[in-house]
Amino acid sequence: MQKTGAQILVDSLLAEGVDTIFGYPGGVVLPIYDVLYDSELRHILTRHEQGAAHAADGYARASGKPGVCLATSGPGATNLVTGIANAYMDSIPMLAITGQVPTTLLGRDSFQEADITGITLPITKHNFLVKDTKDIARTVREALHIATSGRPGPVLIDMPKDVSTGMAEHLDPGPVQLPGYRFNHEPNPEQVARAVRAIEESERPVIYAGGGVVSGGAHGELLELTEMLLMPVATTMMGLGGFPGNHPLSVGMLGMHGSKYANYAVSECDLLIGIGVRFDDRVTSKLEEFAPGATIMHIDIDPAEIGKNMGVDIPVVGEVRLALRQIIDRLKPRVASRWRDKIGVWKKEHPLDFEANGQLKPQEVVREICNVTKSNARITTEVGQHQMFTAQYYTFTRPRTFISSGGLGTMGFGFPAAIGVQVACPDETVIDIAGDGSIQMNIQELATAVNYNLPVKIAILNNGFLGMVRQWQELFYNRRYSYTELDNPDFVKLAEAYGAVGMRVSKKSELRSALEETLAVNKPVVLDIPIEREENVYPMVAPGEPIHKMLG
Amino acid sequence: MLHTLAVLVENSPGVLARVAGLFSRRGYNIDSLAVGRTEDPEVSRMTIVVDGDDRVLEQVTKQLHKLVDVIKISDITADEYVDRELVLIKVNADHSQRVEVIQICDVFRARIVDLGRKTLTLECTGNHGKINALEETLRPYGIKELVRTGKIAMVRGTKNNTGYQDIGTKEEN
Repeated sequence: MQKTGAQILVDSLLAEGVDTIFGYPGGVVLPIYDVLYDSELRHILTRHEQGAAHAADGYARASGKPGVCLATSGPGATNLVTGIANAYMDSIPMLAITGQVPTTLLGRDSFQEADITGITLPITKHNFLVKDTKDIARTVREALHIATSGRPGPVLIDMPKDVSTGMAEHLDPGPVQLPGYRFNHEPNPEQVARAVRAIEESERPVIYAGGGVVSGGAHGELLELTEMLLMPVATTMMGLGGFPGNHPLSVGMLGMHGSKYANYAVSECDLLIGIGVRFDDRVTSKLEEFAPGATIMHIDIDPAEIGKNMGVDIPVVGEVRLALRQIIDRLKPRVASRWRDKIGVWKKEHPLDFEANGQLKPQEVVREICNVTKSNARITTEVGQHQMFTAQYYTFTRPRTFISSGGLGTMGFGFPAAIGVQVACPDETVIDIAGDGSIQMNIQELATAVNYNLPVKIAILNNGFLGMVRQWQELFYNRRYSYTELDNPDFVKLAEAYGAVGMRVSKKSELRSALEETLAVNKPVVLDIPIEREENVYPMVAPGEPIHKMLG
Repeated sequence: MLHTLAVLVENSPGVLARVAGLFSRRGYNIDSLAVGRTEDPEVSRMTIVVDGDDRVLEQVTKQLHKLVDVIKISDITADEYVDRELVLIKVNADHSQRVEVIQICDVFRARIVDLGRKTLTLECTGNHGKINALEETLRPYGIKELVRTGKIAMVRGTKNNTGYQDIGTKEEN
């Protein structure tokens, strides 16, 4: 039976297991929206294409399934770009579908034409411009395969309007055949043997676990390996939740705003076991002095990460879960007890803490959110001080519960992402911990949350500043607060205008009850929390310094 | 150090942009790049000459491997291989110079493919060094126009490089 391209697209998505997409209509996607009108494929209408991209990203991070977003050509497609780049930097499986002008008008600067495959070349794992209706089903299968396998990432399909309206037979495309797309599942046994030997010979091992542990579903193996050797585990921001933050062997986050004891442990270890990490500059700071005396082991699915930033002594290329399993199976349990004791001392001497005073501190707010939710909510964040406070003071115990923009550092990510998370996890508490700056970058999505009655909670740590930029101005630009002070709207009234619930914490003593009340409401809530205006995130590694030299 | 990479890619639109874009955004230096289809019409072969040390080459190779359209990469620098480049040169050659230029042509086994009232157009193939030498020799006469293809290369002997088997990236340091 012949079908339109739009019908084949939607049917192919359903056939590949996609049940929800996030999108925004427009001219050249009219044929696709006409199919969606009575399709069982659930479509969530956001208020901005960027919101759709971040929502798909949040959906993917929370569920482990690919997030799918849809936008029209030209500005619709370019509005996805930040969201695609964000997913690319954090290796999130996403499928972005864009409409395109008809093939007959391509390349003529037609109305709402943008070369989106060209624009997204450096920020997608792969992309496709479909030129023939009969190629749609195969393209959808290939795109989802590429997005979700190996090191995940975003893939874009650009669909010219005449390809959507054209007719073709909808045939099953058969197994994916991509001769140029290969990756190692199984690690090389030689590499595993070297890794085992290095771990057995080490006296001061430290695990440095990243987002690859979460996306590779290796949290169980990580816990098992750690408990065999009783060695400390530091996680990157992307790795939070990949190892239980309340575990005695957790030293929390490392890097620029990591705990002192995590950074000391990494600086003095003799074996650094990087697992699903990429030696990012926010972790390593001065690369030459990062884990200076250590043998560097790096376990990752992506061979290009080995040696990209840091010289590696023992690479293990393969799926992180399989690699850890094989190491565990060959390893003799052994305890570096003196090393463990030393870290215990550092933990006591340099705890993660802040100075309490009469003012409401952001750290206290995060700690209280953690208490009220019993460490069990799905937390998203925007980008800035509130994000670092959340990473430091919320104890994440499960993978896929901390959802935050790591690599790209996208302000405006957290709220639309929270919408995607709530769609993926309808029965869980989802909170976007936001700053007063970031929340205004995608505030329009309040309409989406209200429309679909998604009871996302937004806690605004409101200091009337772009706090992180202000902190850098304070420390490195002689307190010249250039354009970082914000005159904000009344967030309570704003929430109410959208049909959400708005509340404000006016006294420190009201915090707990306000949080409880917020969580009790089965509607989107904006909780405005005025905090101390010039609090800084500490500890902090100043740019260019080694990570053991920390301020605060 | 210059490395010669033989890269098999899907003969699909945009593949050149993907490869070239990768080089520019990661800051790798392309010395030359030549591309054309192979004995299989669905596969093109790029000969890329890259400048960089072993670390850069390892990254280039691994990053290229991540492109879905890249089927196979071989660094043939250390192999015995034949490499050729084609150049067309339009050089000044009026009556007084014409004989000299033709003699130079003979020495380099270049061919005259066109002639004008005051110019000769030469075609020459050879390796990089020979083409450079010809260019330098003709420069004093006044080169009006010059175009080079960039290097193409093939490993000597019966070893076949266009199969789909991959000799792989260097994963180990």
